[in-house]
Amino acid sequence: MADASPTAKAVVINSFATRHRFRLVEALPWLVALAGYFLLPGYLSLGSQIFATILFVLSADLVLGYAGIVTLGQAAFFGTGAYTAGILAANGWGEPISGLLAASLMAAAVGFLSGLIILRTTGLALLIQTLVVAAMLYEAANKAGRWTGGDDGLQGMDVWPIFGRYPFDMFGRAAYVYCLAVLFLGWLIARCIVHSPFGRSLTGMRENTARMHAIGAPVGRRRLVIYTISAAFAGASGALIAQTTSFVGLTSLSLERSGNALIMLIIGGLGRLYGAFIGVPLFMIAQDRFSAIDPVYWYFWIGLLMVLIVVFACGGVLGLLEQAQKRFRR
Amino acid sequence: MISAIVSIGFHGLAFAMVLYLISVGLSVTMGLMGFVNLAHGVFAMLGGYVMTSLMTRYGVPFLGALALAAIASALVSIPLERFLYRRFYGGEELDQVLLTMGLVFMSVAAATFLWGPLTQHMQPPPWLSGQFALGDRSFPVYRSFLILCGAVLVTMLWLGLERTRFGAQVRAAVDNLRMAQAVGINTSRLFMITFALGSGLAGLGGGLGADLLSISPSYALQYLVYFIVVVAVGGLGSIRGPFVAALLIGIADTAFKYLLPELGAFFIYALTMALLLWRPQGLFGRA
Amino acid sequence: MSKAALETRGLSKSFGALTVANGIDFRLESGARHALIGPNGAGKTSFVNLVTGALTPSGGTIHLGGMNITGLAQSARVKHGLVRTFQISALFQRLCVLENVALAIAERDGLAGGLLRPAGRHRRVIEEAYHLLDSLGLADQALAPVNSLAYGRQRLVEIAVALGLGPKVLLLDEPAAGVPSSESGVIVSVVERLPADVAVLIIEHDMGLVFRLARTITVLVQGSVLVEGPPAAIAADQRVRDVYLGERKHR
Repeated sequence: MADASPTAKAVVINSFATRHRFRLVEALPWLVALAGYFLLPGYLSLGSQIFATILFVLSADLVLGYAGIVTLGQAAFFGTGAYTAGILAANGWGEPISGLLAASLMAAAVGFLSGLIILRTTGLALLIQTLVVAAMLYEAANKAGRWTGGDDGLQGMDVWPIFGRYPFDMFGRAAYVYCLAVLFLGWLIARCIVHSPFGRSLTGMRENTARMHAIGAPVGRRRLVIYTISAAFAGASGALIAQTTSFVGLTSLSLERSGNALIMLIIGGLGRLYGAFIGVPLFMIAQDRFSAIDPVYWYFWIGLLMVLIVVFACGGVLGLLEQAQKRFRR
Repeated sequence: MISAIVSIGFHGLAFAMVLYLISVGLSVTMGLMGFVNLAHGVFAMLGGYVMTSLMTRYGVPFLGALALAAIASALVSIPLERFLYRRFYGGEELDQVLLTMGLVFMSVAAATFLWGPLTQHMQPPPWLSGQFALGDRSFPVYRSFLILCGAVLVTMLWLGLERTRFGAQVRAAVDNLRMAQAVGINTSRLFMITFALGSGLAGLGGGLGADLLSISPSYALQYLVYFIVVVAVGGLGSIRGPFVAALLIGIADTAFKYLLPELGAFFIYALTMALLLWRPQGLFGRA
Repeated sequence: MSKAALETRGLSKSFGALTVANGIDFRLESGARHALIGPNGAGKTSFVNLVTGALTPSGGTIHLGGMNITGLAQSARVKHGLVRTFQISALFQRLCVLENVALAIAERDGLAGGLLRPAGRHRRVIEEAYHLLDSLGLADQALAPVNSLAYGRQRLVEIAVALGLGPKVLLLDEPAAGVPSSESGVIVSVVERLPADVAVLIIEHDMGLVFRLARTITVLVQGSVLVEGPPAAIAADQRVRDVYLGERKHR
């Protein structure tokens, strides 16, 4: 067993130790987004929705793609954030940034409390608990009509201009920049988490939980932390949608909302940070086109796509790219 | 007061029977194949649509339509299990969740395409309509029929599971699949038959319960939580478990909606959470 | 009597009528090279599971370096230096070999919970992981995903991960299990060269390995200790022969 040469060692260690460095290609989504502002002025509101949804799907990636917690209840946090921001704006406090923070905190609290209760279980029992939590909140929102508008949704939101200067108008410019900025911030945080030792240990938890226990990792605590952080992200995205559309409906807490997030995530690819950035625009732009043609068939094709992806292309777009890359290298 | 209790108990029981019929198949197949089938509600929906269409469009009598509904659901389930589900047994839970969610979405579109977006109404036949008197109280005939059907089917299922060879094979396979295979039980055939039976029962439940769980394109999505909760609370792989769970949930749901309508189904969910925390494997599930 | 590195007193575990551990009194001395042998179903892996905390005992106590750890969670025991390997490799299959070991070292040093600095900045951890791999001859596959390695090499990674945790007591559950004989030699020499201050308990079926590595052998039969002693004594012990060959008993 000869010692490896110093250069081989240096190469290996450097390669491993610099995985977190920024690469040029990572600037791409932001350049595209900035270009969109100038080149596609008619699509700014769609753009805002896309950014907010990317943030939502990113939250799902953190908890599902990285930590391996299978959940169908992300909408619980999205809806909490949306209704928090909405209720604030409809009752006299329309300042967007503080509303966003409040929404995020509220969603994080819900995430923390529900996580504390349900994360003790795993597998199917956990999956069902996530469904139940979301269903509970849906029911609560449905019944608390005085605050939430119940079935009709929350109306009468009055969102103030950002910094007092940039109003949310029908051109959507303020909304676009606002959502993009929040997404950028969220992305920075997510990226930081994912490359940190904590983030790497999440990957370990996803790969082999028993082994994580056997190396002394406090698995339960870490799961709770990431669940809470993910809830905060989801809540922020809910607030963004609420504030930029001045409306919050019951669908923000629905199973459909959680399901859609999963679809967008697997289209892009789980656990690779950028799955959301690919899956969300593809999904939402396709949905925008399709719904104009035939809203019914949209459900059919998207369902079929899910089935096909699971059967044939489990890693989504990014997974396919990785495989292609490997083949290219040979 | 007593009248209210009797009424709640009665309607709750009828609701429980419908939930049970639909969910028992899900419990057994999930326990047997280890497959998270979120699309189970689709078979109940199919049963409901087939039955209502046959009755309203083709004038098929009630019992005949019901039988055909169950058979249709069972038949549709066979290719689904053989060609799609089978690949994912014992696989990643996430894959199963995504796959079956995709199927649910497809079912929404398919149902809208085939039968339109409106809710289908089911009129029970004249011999099952109206009320009948028992003592000084009157009960709706159809709900009583539901309870009776439920009781009969539970008994048949129990007898089937405990007394027939097929039932013994199912029990063996649920308990220890490899062992069952090792003693020569044809588990693939077992899966297929059990799945078809479960789906057929779901179709039956969907048809029978069409006025309790209204038949619309988003059926599978709308009522998913109910079915999953019954199965989770009852425990996988048993027929007793979902029965007790369905009773609990059916009666509690009716009671809460009657007594505290401002909170609706909220308590059911809280109850479920508490139960699952206490016993994550369900009341009759294996730890 | 000096403090043993690991000690169990009256350790028992029953699953209903099935007893897998029957009042086991066991001592593992510091720096020991101790083997636990016994026929299939004797309860060897259950013993390891009980000691590491994966199973809760029905009775008895467990002591690590004199400290009672019976009530401690699995991860807490690891923090105190009680480390195990698994009979069937339990590694992070899709992660690279280096990362598997680095994760363990990060946990040991309490760095694994950090959220702010990128993992790559903890050079010391990465270098230590690399050196560990190098000492086991795994350095050339450091960046390869574990699932691309031959099974024998994966068993080595398993040992590397355990060593990365800085164990005081190391429980090796059949380290050469499932490894073709052409590859098991490497594993044997690795076990031979383990640090002298680590107390090592090996569960093994391969008698050649056992006699080569162990200075003390404990024989476990149906959850109870049959006999304990140096290899020569065990080899000569008639009861041990009976248990393994079983001929005299079952004629």
